[in-house]
Amino acid sequence: MASTQSVGEKSTNIPFYRDERILRIFAQVISTVIVVGLLIWAALNFLKAAEARNMTLTFGFLKEAAGFPISNPPIEYDPSMSFGRAFFVGLVNTLLVSVTGVITATILGTLVALARLSSNWLLGRIALVFIEFNRNIPLLVLLFILYFVVFGQLPQVKESITWPGPMYINRRGIYLTWPRLTESGTPFVVLVFVGILLAVIAFVVLRRHREMTGQNTYYVQASIGIFVLSGVIGWALTGGTPFEFSVPVLEGFNFQGGLRLTPEFAGMFIGLTTYTAAFIAEVVRSGIQAVDRGQIEAARAVGLSTTQVLSLVVMPQALRIIIPPMISQYLNLTKNSSLALAIGFQEVFSVGKIAINQAGRAVPVFALVMITYLTLSLLTSLVLNIYNRSIQFVTR
Amino acid sequence: MRKLLTLFTVLVLSSMLLSACGGGAATEPAPAETTAPEPQPVEPTEAPGTTEGPAPAAQGGGILEGVKARGKLICGGRTDLAGFGMLDDAGNNIGFDIDLCRAVAAAVLGDPEAIEVVPLTAADRGPALQTAEVDMLSRNVTWTASRDAQWGNFTIVMFYDGQGFMIRKDSGITSTDEFDGATVCVTSGTTTEQNLADFFRQRGMTYEAVIFEETAAVYSAYEEGRCDITTSDKSQLASVRSGFADPEAHTILDITISKEPLTPAVPHGDDAWFDTVKIVMFALINAEELGVTQANVEEMKSSDNINVLRLLGQEGDWGYTDLGLEADALANAIAAVGNYGEIYDRYMGPEGIAFTLPRGPNELWSNGGVLYAPPVK
Repeated sequence: MASTQSVGEKSTNIPFYRDERILRIFAQVISTVIVVGLLIWAALNFLKAAEARNMTLTFGFLKEAAGFPISNPPIEYDPSMSFGRAFFVGLVNTLLVSVTGVITATILGTLVALARLSSNWLLGRIALVFIEFNRNIPLLVLLFILYFVVFGQLPQVKESITWPGPMYINRRGIYLTWPRLTESGTPFVVLVFVGILLAVIAFVVLRRHREMTGQNTYYVQASIGIFVLSGVIGWALTGGTPFEFSVPVLEGFNFQGGLRLTPEFAGMFIGLTTYTAAFIAEVVRSGIQAVDRGQIEAARAVGLSTTQVLSLVVMPQALRIIIPPMISQYLNLTKNSSLALAIGFQEVFSVGKIAINQAGRAVPVFALVMITYLTLSLLTSLVLNIYNRSIQFVTR
Repeated sequence: MRKLLTLFTVLVLSSMLLSACGGGAATEPAPAETTAPEPQPVEPTEAPGTTEGPAPAAQGGGILEGVKARGKLICGGRTDLAGFGMLDDAGNNIGFDIDLCRAVAAAVLGDPEAIEVVPLTAADRGPALQTAEVDMLSRNVTWTASRDAQWGNFTIVMFYDGQGFMIRKDSGITSTDEFDGATVCVTSGTTTEQNLADFFRQRGMTYEAVIFEETAAVYSAYEEGRCDITTSDKSQLASVRSGFADPEAHTILDITISKEPLTPAVPHGDDAWFDTVKIVMFALINAEELGVTQANVEEMKSSDNINVLRLLGQEGDWGYTDLGLEADALANAIAAVGNYGEIYDRYMGPEGIAFTLPRGPNELWSNGGVLYAPPVK
């Protein structure tokens, strides 16, 4: 370093083709020209090919009536609504299966990782089998098995399996008795939310007070108390009936009422969860094993309990290793949800494929689908990267 | 020193890239010379890298030249629908739709086997035709105005179909009035899907649609009991039912809710090719009308019926010179697959390999049907 600098300083008459600084700028310019040139060339080529094939590249069709049905739309939709709306319905379905999938896969994956690391031989083996089974089978195959083989064995509607609750399981889905908010239930929900907020604030403030002063402030008890109290007040305000239970009843062809999980959603959800959980389990295991044994021994030596060792010493260090590969797993899960078109769950890609066919606009629809996934992925990365930064070692 | 070396490597690599790229962007004279006889002779305007696979595309005509140079016809079809496009025991692609492609191949190339069938899902067929990935799309496609405007040119209706409903016999349903609240399995990207939506909306009934892209998935879900009803073109329902474990347990309701004119289509932008495929279709229908069959096509060449002589290219010009075909092109087509009635009966007639479906509207106009082709003369 020092030598190059001194060379640069004293030899001002060095020819430009040997001057490192000039060459460096030159290389930057060249590579920029190449990259931009390639992009322009590709774009022009694409436009030319699209024009030659009479493919329309406008997005005007998004306002036209879609005309096709979507199975079990999560938000209001009927075929007289626009392509844009249909696309949005698909997006909601994608988000629904991705978000629930990410949450359950994380929980399941962590549990499996802990089981895999446990000293219990049987538990460890079961976890191993779970991981190897799920991550060595293509997801599509897993989905087909779940949907056509496993769910295909379920009984017809009239012979539904009945579990207490009542809960019905048949070829058309799982029907649960589910609480529905009554008309007078709104204040209850509002108060519960306020209660949660107050409880969190109390928890934080009181704990800080204790940490500063050393006085016992009973922060756990206080926050639980606030939460329960707000719930009770809310209950009283609504006259004791904030909820009523909606019970599934067989009417005509199908069960009506209650909460229903369709086989398409259930297949997708279970498939994505178990498949991704297997990968997450390995990520978590690698993170935990990367923590130096000495750290654990030292923590034990100062008298921390097993839980404390895990939560105060192992996890904070393991998380730094776990988070980056975990982001990839979350992104994979979101993108893998596009396989849903094979088993009839209509997320953004399968709606897009239909729109391509019904509207005859392949390029705009694919562009839209790509932008959608890109946005979802970048948002996920952004949030998790911020989190990742917050848990890094603080160095001064 | 090491830095300089790295820099140098980068420079060399990027200059190599640049020159490679420059070569690619130009029309690449060098490789074109060395491999001159082999690739598609059409469209010198486009750089070789820009065409995708077998696509001697729509611009400036030339599908016929492309087919002749390639030595085979690329036909968008299917392998999963008994009667229309299926695989036989030996793994050959056969069926009503496939025979139409074979007829065109026989007329254009003189060899009915010179086809390559590209299996397409319902949702893929439109883009495949739009981008001229296939020379001809014969995959029970319903001809609609919007598809005609967007996808390609539709030739002539070869199968008059209509959408129907299939239900389980033990469901106790007898008419569509009892459909309210039912679950319906349907294929995505089809007119069927739209008709279904219209049908229920019109009658103010609710339903749950279960939608798959693969035809096979639709019917296996229906057979497993995921749906109460499945809906499609009636011919397709008859075809599918024949493959069920217990065909007798299912019934196709006696109601038709739509017009489904199944029509072979060709890419936009090549009028001569459009005419060629159309005339081959006319010929198959006219052959039945004139009594020309696969078996007697040779002896009919010396028939005393002037219309037969014209059809078989023995007298006058039905347009073959203008289209760049041989005089006996249509005779070849008939010799390869037979006339319309023979094709129909082969798969769907009383002795059909796939199933039996009365011809109904697909009878010749002279027999009370609606099948009517312009004269070939």
